[in-house]
Amino acid sequence: MEIPNVAEKWTSNVNEITIGATKEKGGTRAKTVTVGGSKCIPFMDFDGSQGHKPVVAMDVYDMPPDDWPETLKKPFADVLNNPAQWAKKCVEYGADLICLKLEGIHPDKGNKSAAETVSTAKSILAAVGVPLIIWGCEHDEKDNEILPKVSQAVKGENCLIGVVTQDNYKTLTVTCLADGHSIITLSPVDINIAKQVNILVSEMDFPLNRIVMFQTTGALGYGMEYTYSIQERERIAALTGDKLMAMPVICDVGHEAWRAKEAKSDDKDAPQWGAREERGPMWEIITAMSLLQSGVDIIRMNHPKAVAAVKKCIDRLY
Amino acid sequence: MALTGLDIYKLLPKTNCKKCGRPTCLAFAMQLAQKKANLSDCPDVSEEAKNTLGAASAPPIKLVTIGVNDKKVQVGEENVLFRHDEKFYHPAGIGITIDDDLSPAAFDERLKKINGMKLTRVGTEIEINLVTLINKSNNAEKFAEAAKKISGSSPYSIILSSSSVDNMKTALAACAEKRPLLHGANAQNCESMAALAVGKKCPMTVTAPKLEELADLAECAKKAGVEEIVLDVSGNNPKEVLQKLTKIRRAALKKNFRAIGYPAIAFVSEQDPYQEISLASAYVAKYAGIVVVNNCEPWGIMPLLTVRTNLYTDPQKPIQVEPKLYSIGDVKDNSPVMFTTNFSLTYYTVEGEVESSRVPAYILSVDTGGTSVLTAYSGDKLNDKVVAKAMEDCQVASKVKHKKLIIPGLIAAMSGKLQETLGWEILVGPREASGIPSYLKTEWHN
Repeated sequence: MEIPNVAEKWTSNVNEITIGATKEKGGTRAKTVTVGGSKCIPFMDFDGSQGHKPVVAMDVYDMPPDDWPETLKKPFADVLNNPAQWAKKCVEYGADLICLKLEGIHPDKGNKSAAETVSTAKSILAAVGVPLIIWGCEHDEKDNEILPKVSQAVKGENCLIGVVTQDNYKTLTVTCLADGHSIITLSPVDINIAKQVNILVSEMDFPLNRIVMFQTTGALGYGMEYTYSIQERERIAALTGDKLMAMPVICDVGHEAWRAKEAKSDDKDAPQWGAREERGPMWEIITAMSLLQSGVDIIRMNHPKAVAAVKKCIDRLY
Repeated sequence: MALTGLDIYKLLPKTNCKKCGRPTCLAFAMQLAQKKANLSDCPDVSEEAKNTLGAASAPPIKLVTIGVNDKKVQVGEENVLFRHDEKFYHPAGIGITIDDDLSPAAFDERLKKINGMKLTRVGTEIEINLVTLINKSNNAEKFAEAAKKISGSSPYSIILSSSSVDNMKTALAACAEKRPLLHGANAQNCESMAALAVGKKCPMTVTAPKLEELADLAECAKKAGVEEIVLDVSGNNPKEVLQKLTKIRRAALKKNFRAIGYPAIAFVSEQDPYQEISLASAYVAKYAGIVVVNNCEPWGIMPLLTVRTNLYTDPQKPIQVEPKLYSIGDVKDNSPVMFTTNFSLTYYTVEGEVESSRVPAYILSVDTGGTSVLTAYSGDKLNDKVVAKAMEDCQVASKVKHKKLIIPGLIAAMSGKLQETLGWEILVGPREASGIPSYLKTEWHN
């Protein structure tokens, strides 16, 4: 029996963005990463081209993370206080990009200085050949003080820098524009704010095709479905021609998944949930795998086992 | 294609008699078109209308019931491709395999493990639905004996899997009263397998490598009298499986293509449990009615069940936590007390931040009907009286020695009135939950 053709004819596609710059393009990266370009519902390439494969960025912090459970610390045991070595390890574990999370610049954490942060960023660029994402501490004043200096110091490397919100976008937008970086716009699980912040940033002459959207991420069991549905709506909007929703999407899976009790609890506290050596990475994997079905281009992750599993699964579904 | 309200209206008596409970025939027609009414509500409807509308108003994806009583599994009858368009109605069934060629001791041990696959997280119990018996022995007696064991001891519904009609017949006889799903019909045996299903009024699957053949087999089963059919899309290529699931859902919903208007089942069998649960989760998200895995460990099954719980929640209805006083960490009578609403996303965000602060604290979840802080405040579901009542209901005053209450920064405006009503000192907390750890570490002194 013949089956009706169910391919959708989408009129538009997700923007393409390249992160990183090689020597020829004025940077020092050994390779660049291009994301976006999809013209179909995730993995449904009978609709149209899938564009570029979703990639994994692994987090490196500028200070040893204070809330990581043992399971997560173990694979990075010797390097947690050395961002450059940590980044190197991530690349060995399969990271397509490094996401430098500037936790330590937060006034309540390390209150680290710009000079210190610049040297951290540079040390990572010197240690690895993959492109760099630089993520502030989400404390507006501190981000506005430090990020411009870091941005300038890594000018030419075509980094992806974030995050900007509808209340705090001007400083970083100007900086990224001047230094040739791409930018991450944050909206708190709200598609209207997502559009609004994209408009605000683009009104400062920032090109739409250098924006990546971040909807904040709900971990599996902790609001994942909200993120899922917003991202799904964003993806459909992109495919149906909404230029202000056509940005590639980034998710913060690692940090969120490992905050869940299901991932971090000690075995003695949760014997009924099984061994945490398996349970933790699994929680991170399944947060990523379910969100991938909604349309994600860059996934921030933490545990090497989870990174390997998710990358393998993407290869099989792509 | 589905009929519009006006198409339907033309077939109705147009008497506006109100016997259906709607003010006019047109109103009734509109509700029929949205599948919010039943044609049987109209006592005067003509036979012609019944035939035309009956076919058009049947759900595009058939509802299939496996098992009996309160643990029965119902899948199918979905209306949308994307949960934000409405919601997903019938949570995917999750099954775990058990082979009939295991030694009796190993079989019992595995069955016991499967039967116990009920897990509690965030105060809610979640569990699997289907014990899937695989006729690996290819022996009828062994298969039947195992089926009998499962039927006798498992609370869950049953899938019997064998491509041998004779073996299926023997095993079915041992557990027919449980109304198992028969898995094994293919191009070679479809009619005889269908006869078995019809004889015991059981649902059955059809298996074929291509969608076109699946449609043929479903047609064959339907002709033989099987009403509840499940399409087996299992295969070694995950991309193909995922695409088939989407094609089936789209054909049924967008093309009203009845031949594959059935729920689908995917068996996922991988050496690597991470891959197995990953693929199973992807299939749950994108349209499988049932997924069956080999993994039988809580660390594998819990995330899979959670994906299902998350994606099958009603996106229009905020989910709530129980409104009560929650103790986070080793609270003492000098620990801080704060409140938020009982909207689960709000509550869990606050809880997560309090936990990560490592400052033991009480969180009072105030019943706002599951709305967020600002929504509840603007709707007057969160005011000084509501908070005072929640404080009293939970006997907060008896839990701590101090009289200080931290309130969400977003509703700082409420502090004066609350202080008056409550007689407690009101401390205005951060506007965003992410500010809680630093607030508790630096601002809270007692």
